[in-house]
Amino acid sequence: MIRSEPPALLTGSFSQASLLRLYHRFRALDRNKKGYLSRMDLQQIGALAVNPLGERIIDSFFPDGNLRLDFPGFVRVLAHFRPIDDEDPGIRDPKEPEPLNSRMNKLRFAFQLYDLDRDGKISRHEMLQVLRLMVGVQVTEEQLESIADRTVQEADEDGDGAVSFLEFTKSLEKMDIEQKMSIRILK
Amino acid sequence: MLCAALPLLWLPLAGAAATEEPTPEPGSPGEPPPGLALFRWQWHEVEAPYLVALWILVASLAKIVFHLSRKVTSLVPESCLLILLGLVLGGIVLAVAKKAEYQLEPGTFFLFLLPPIVLDSGYFMPSRLFFDNLGAILTYAVVGTLWNAFTTGAALWGLQQAGLVAPRVQASLLDFLLFGSLISAVDPVAVLAVFEEVHVNDTLFIIVFGESLLNDAVTVVLYKVCNSFVEMGSANVQATDYLKGVASLFVVSLGGAAVGLVFAFLLALTTRFTKRVRIIEPLLVFLLAYAAYLTAEMASLSAILAVTMCGLGCKKYVEANISHKSRTAVKYTMKTLASCAETVIFMLLGISAVDSSKWAWDSGLVLGTLFFILFFRALGVVLQTWVLNQFRLVPLDKIDQVVMSYGGLRGAVAFALVILLDKTKVPAKDYFVATTIVVVFFTVIVQGLTIKPLVKWLKVKRSEHHKPTLNQELHEHTFDHILAAVEDVVGHHGYHYWRDRWEQFDKKYLSQLLMRRSAYRIRDQIWDVYYRLNIRDAISFVDQGGHILSSTGLTLPSMPSRNSMAETSVTNLLRESGSGACLDLQVIDTVRSGRDREDAVMHHLLCGGLYKPRRRYKASCSRHFISEDAQERQDKEVFQQNMKRRLESFKSTKHNICFTKSKPRPRKTSRKKKDGLANTEATNGKPPRNLSVQDTAAVILTVESEEEEESDSSETEKEDDEGIIFVARATSEVLQEVKVSGSLEVCPSPRIIPPSPTCAEKELPWKSGQGDLAVYVSSETTKIVPVDMQTGWNQSISSLESLASPPCTQAPTVTRLPPCPLAAEEPQHPFNLPYDPRPSFAFPPSLAKAGRSRSESSADIPQQQELQPLMGYEDRTHLSPGTANSHWCIQFNKGSRL
Repeated sequence: MIRSEPPALLTGSFSQASLLRLYHRFRALDRNKKGYLSRMDLQQIGALAVNPLGERIIDSFFPDGNLRLDFPGFVRVLAHFRPIDDEDPGIRDPKEPEPLNSRMNKLRFAFQLYDLDRDGKISRHEMLQVLRLMVGVQVTEEQLESIADRTVQEADEDGDGAVSFLEFTKSLEKMDIEQKMSIRILK
Repeated sequence: MLCAALPLLWLPLAGAAATEEPTPEPGSPGEPPPGLALFRWQWHEVEAPYLVALWILVASLAKIVFHLSRKVTSLVPESCLLILLGLVLGGIVLAVAKKAEYQLEPGTFFLFLLPPIVLDSGYFMPSRLFFDNLGAILTYAVVGTLWNAFTTGAALWGLQQAGLVAPRVQASLLDFLLFGSLISAVDPVAVLAVFEEVHVNDTLFIIVFGESLLNDAVTVVLYKVCNSFVEMGSANVQATDYLKGVASLFVVSLGGAAVGLVFAFLLALTTRFTKRVRIIEPLLVFLLAYAAYLTAEMASLSAILAVTMCGLGCKKYVEANISHKSRTAVKYTMKTLASCAETVIFMLLGISAVDSSKWAWDSGLVLGTLFFILFFRALGVVLQTWVLNQFRLVPLDKIDQVVMSYGGLRGAVAFALVILLDKTKVPAKDYFVATTIVVVFFTVIVQGLTIKPLVKWLKVKRSEHHKPTLNQELHEHTFDHILAAVEDVVGHHGYHYWRDRWEQFDKKYLSQLLMRRSAYRIRDQIWDVYYRLNIRDAISFVDQGGHILSSTGLTLPSMPSRNSMAETSVTNLLRESGSGACLDLQVIDTVRSGRDREDAVMHHLLCGGLYKPRRRYKASCSRHFISEDAQERQDKEVFQQNMKRRLESFKSTKHNICFTKSKPRPRKTSRKKKDGLANTEATNGKPPRNLSVQDTAAVILTVESEEEEESDSSETEKEDDEGIIFVARATSEVLQEVKVSGSLEVCPSPRIIPPSPTCAEKELPWKSGQGDLAVYVSSETTKIVPVDMQTGWNQSISSLESLASPPCTQAPTVTRLPPCPLAAEEPQHPFNLPYDPRPSFAFPPSLAKAGRSRSESSADIPQQQELQPLMGYEDRTHLSPGTANSHWCIQFNKGSRL
């Protein structure tokens, strides 16, 4: 199966070893040996069920309302978390699309976890939903709302009451995204 | 600290009497007991604590002196200066007393001086950073220290075998290994003292510093094992002893850590129940941490590790449990003790070096040791980093390695350990002492001096401190969750997985057990950041209240500054927005004298911003309680009041910004007027509720609505004392209204007149910078405002009529007038500009004259007259494009309050 994949798409980004590893994992998650993963397959990962963002992260594995996740799709999502290579980015052909593990794409992945309605903006309501998931029950609704308000206001630069992707990246420009959104094992 | 350091300076009484106290003792044994002495000198009774206090005082004074010159301290680390000072003091003492006094005693050092420093560093250790780099730290601490000890010891032995060390240094391989073990450990005190001033990036700092803290376990074990081997004699050491030595490494380190964690648990649990005895909270922190240290020391486990883990483990829960004041107390006491201990250590190190009776010099040994510790440290770092980089997400580059090698400072731990050696068992002790002193001095002074230029020269990534933002905090949590989830999906149980596990365990059980119910909130980090941001805003709001208050383009200090918020004064804004609000002021306000204006601003700031406590703070006499209920409630009220004001004005400005951006404003006043007129016609449709067509009525309406809102808010807030709250809210409401109207580009002129004008304002109204002042409406506003506005309005009209200079607010007479009749009367002739002014508002000739003389150019006056009809007209019907927007904004504010 691995051999059949277009090499540029997969092996170009992942090393052979980690690809193999991912493939084994893929097979292990696929409980009925049906050749693809369903939402159920991911939901049965115990730790994911207690992750406050678990549901949303599962969603991001099934873009565009797909119900089936094949191995290339699986790898493509995980490729976001590959550490950034040391090689000089100048070598890359500018026409080529940015690699999935670039800073922008990492950020975009995080951004779409917030942006549920896919309108390119995190509205106050969406921010509130995320906060409700993340912040413990100890904080009251009212406080949560004021946090959401303030968070949006803080990042919102054009005053439209929502955080666009540009504003999102700007609010995180001081953060080492390349490091914070990478997993070494996916090299 | 004082009591703790009591045994610090046990000194022979005779010496002390000779050096410090030349006065003969009156109560010496030979004399008969004197009668009732008027004056008695009791040096001996206070001697020890007195000397301790004196030493600390000297050290502190020295610190002050060092820091007098910024140049010196920026070049030379404080530790170097202190050591040098110690050398000088030691020389003086030696010269006076003919023998060395006040040395660094190992017992004192380990029991009293070291714990505060380690506790401080453990407690304030950035735990996330520490655990993120735990792998590297442990490697350097364990493998690195073992490597250094064995290679240095063996190399020195080789040096001796090669005949480069003088034969009078009688030492076996075991002796050298012992020496290697004590000299190889990087010292937390020295590292901290130097690296705190260097500001390298966080990762590098935590690795070097974490290593220096954790390697204590290894050092202690190695030292003890080698020492017991030396004492047994190398012939008697069995193979099992080596095994035991290895095993003891684990026992000592893990045992020390366990002791620390147990005490951390106890400490957290205890602070959960201190709600009624807040006063002992800081004490508990210190006591239990010290108990952890002593317990570990007693069980010959690693005490440094114990107290580090105790501080690291308990902080989260303790901080959540104890009160804010206790937190501050803990922080400052800890920092004070640590810096005090550090100062004393370095000074005593300097003094101890003077005592030549204790050491014997051997150049071969000294130079060899210096070379070997530098060489093997560098080699060890390179080798370990190479291995570590295979596993690290962010590899440590060459520059990092250089700094790590060079940052391996030795310090007082090594010195104290070498002093502890038994001379009968280790015949070469004196040589070792001398070598250790040289090594310590070399690393602290030479390396300490050069590391800063080196870091600069190598362009090591410095740490950059930026203020936390809610977004960063929130997104960081999101990233953590994402990574944990991805690790789950990938099926790799890595660091993120375990951290996630731990956090869930902590949330479910540990925090439930160790934290007060009320403390949960603070525990949540996002909430915590939000809270701290609010506090900081409140503080800076109070600090620079005037400036922020006066700006409609208000910025929260914690937010990134934006260009669009550049407008700083209401007057500016008004002028730009083309409202006729300021009437004559607009024309003349360039004439204002800065000083008058400042005075007036201050006056109104104080009137509007000062919170009037409903009762005085009680003087607290009780030692056991800080009566804080009343105070804290009041503080909270002030805080809430400020924050409410902030938030509301902030919201309105946010909306203001959107349309300020969208519509560039013309600069000239007169053109503005026309603009305003045009706008008026264009958008004449729907006036918002609280900006009625008629401006006097509008004022009164506003005031009424304020009152409604106030009662609402005071109800919802469930405050008990309505009167004062009412007043306080009134201020904020008025403020808000003004702000909103500012953003509307509509500013009904009368409201601009300050309620309680200063003298200068009364006399010279155009001097008051009223545009600015509009914001500071004093607490009496609710009653005075309508009347004042009324008068102001009338006066401005009268000024038109009489062709006189600017109007004068006659506050004292006018405020007596009941507002209602005026309000009822006004609407009938609202825009009749030639509406005849009340006789009572005619200008006193003297004032008018004064006014005219003040207005520098008389050319202004005709212009002003020309303008006023326009302004009046505009005021009546003015509607800006932003009106609808800001109307919404007011609603929004209200909604949020409820």
